[in-house]
Amino acid sequence: MNSIITESVTPALECKGLTKRFDSLEAVKEVNLRIEKGERRAIIGPNGAGKTTLFSLISGLYPVTSGSIRIFDRDITHLPSYRRTYLGLGRTFQITNLFPTLTVLDNLVIAAMGLQRMKFSMLKPLSGYRQINERASEVLESVGMAEKRMRVVKNLSYGDQRQIEIALALVNNPRVLLLDEPTAGLSQEATAAVTGMIGRLDPQITVLIIEHNMDVALQVAKLITVMHQGALFAEGPPTEIRNNRHVQEIYFGTED
Amino acid sequence: MISKQLILQNWLWVILGAAVLLLVVLPPVLPIFIVILLTQGLIFGLVAMSLDILIGYTKLAALGHAAYFAIGAYTAAILATRHAAGFGFCLFSGIGLRLMTAAIIGLFVIRLSGVYFLMCTLSIAMCFWGLAFKWTQMTGGENGISRIPRPNIGFSVDLYNNLTFHYFVLIFFVLCAVLIVLLVRSPFGRTLVGIRDGESRMRVLGYNVWLHKYLAYIIGSTFAGVAGVLWAFFNRYVGYTDVSLYRCMEVFLMVSIGGQGTLIGPNIGAFLIVFMRNLVSAYTNRWLLVIAIVYILTARFAPMGFIGYLKRFQKVRGGI
Repeated sequence: MNSIITESVTPALECKGLTKRFDSLEAVKEVNLRIEKGERRAIIGPNGAGKTTLFSLISGLYPVTSGSIRIFDRDITHLPSYRRTYLGLGRTFQITNLFPTLTVLDNLVIAAMGLQRMKFSMLKPLSGYRQINERASEVLESVGMAEKRMRVVKNLSYGDQRQIEIALALVNNPRVLLLDEPTAGLSQEATAAVTGMIGRLDPQITVLIIEHNMDVALQVAKLITVMHQGALFAEGPPTEIRNNRHVQEIYFGTED
Repeated sequence: MISKQLILQNWLWVILGAAVLLLVVLPPVLPIFIVILLTQGLIFGLVAMSLDILIGYTKLAALGHAAYFAIGAYTAAILATRHAAGFGFCLFSGIGLRLMTAAIIGLFVIRLSGVYFLMCTLSIAMCFWGLAFKWTQMTGGENGISRIPRPNIGFSVDLYNNLTFHYFVLIFFVLCAVLIVLLVRSPFGRTLVGIRDGESRMRVLGYNVWLHKYLAYIIGSTFAGVAGVLWAFFNRYVGYTDVSLYRCMEVFLMVSIGGQGTLIGPNIGAFLIVFMRNLVSAYTNRWLLVIAIVYILTARFAPMGFIGYLKRFQKVRGGI
């Protein structure tokens, strides 16, 4: 299971004994995870396996019960969420989490302000900050949504919203990117669009992706981690995972 | 086409300008009791706008807002009656004290959300009500503080004249309204909308959400303090009813009836309630029943308030 131990290069992300308990439920159990710089890793597992909880621990939305999290050898276990963003962590959400009443451009502008001091400026109109607006437009263009910039997000198709979901996380040039089921509920066409977008990401970015769609997971990642009932269950290259009988049982059901 | 877009984008300024123009031109030809109601409307409009920063832009349902406005009012009343303090001193003390209390209370309540925040702000407001009611030495207790002198600002301006006082209040209203509109359009204002729409998203985008809410809370409360000071000099009386549960509800209703998150809406709500309260009271003392019906109808047919109702007819809309 732990066959892929690489040399002692600093990993981009490392979890040790990570545990999260909600009252009597152990949502995440003793997870040890090591993701190398630039690696693309997929996490799969049935519903309720603790995948999203794991993401929320890494991104700091939930406090950790025990264990530790490190990004590039910096301990972030107890840092508040926003500080982790300053250190280069970005994430998206399984349940689309945008600013629905604002335009696409404004969504990206908010993201672009995240790490700037001017976010506290209270008198000068936002439109006067050219750099911020340029950065937002630039990212919009790179994800191919420039022509929809003035549309209000809640009126966009679900597929478009999923792409903005990723775009928001990209604005601040993350070094480690957590994608939570980016293609959940998308049509084949839209899935291909999102998968393509992930494929075109800067290879320097370390990507951890939760994915239910095996085809997407296989396309994006070279290593797959399987979670089951809060714990890591298996880890390996896609073919190995696919042929692992235990994984088939918990994940694909018992049929062939 | 372009000019139409420009007007749409700046509709806040356009409406504000038009309303202010009316409030400058009309009063001299209106009966004086209407002018007095307009002044009242302006003061409560300011309170409602300041509350809108919290409710409409940040989704902080601060139910006790009106009672905090009374802190400004009581401060001004006490200083003006017992210490013969000038207007400037009253204004800055009122604002300052309000700012301090907001800064302290904020430390405790901002962590809460939704209905917990609402109940907690209300219960703190009720503590102030208790203070106003029981601390007779300081607040006059049941009798309140009466015979507050209108400020003397020199230049032989007679503020006892209700028409002059209307313009006096209007100046402060415009100043505060401009500041609030600027705030809402600034980067900081946009971060508040971000928190309203997606708090957890803001946290992973690098925002210390608590700090933004805390600042918004202090700013909103400070503007309410300004309104409180004006109220003390306008009414020339401050009593514990200004801190009552009813006052808290009333200001809250102004925002929700008018339409939260629009700034214009809460002003409409404020004028509507001030006028209705006074006109209805002339015929019946079942005012609470009337306002309850208005509120139920709003909740049923226009949950986003009057402005929200109008907006349904306006198809194309970007941003705020």
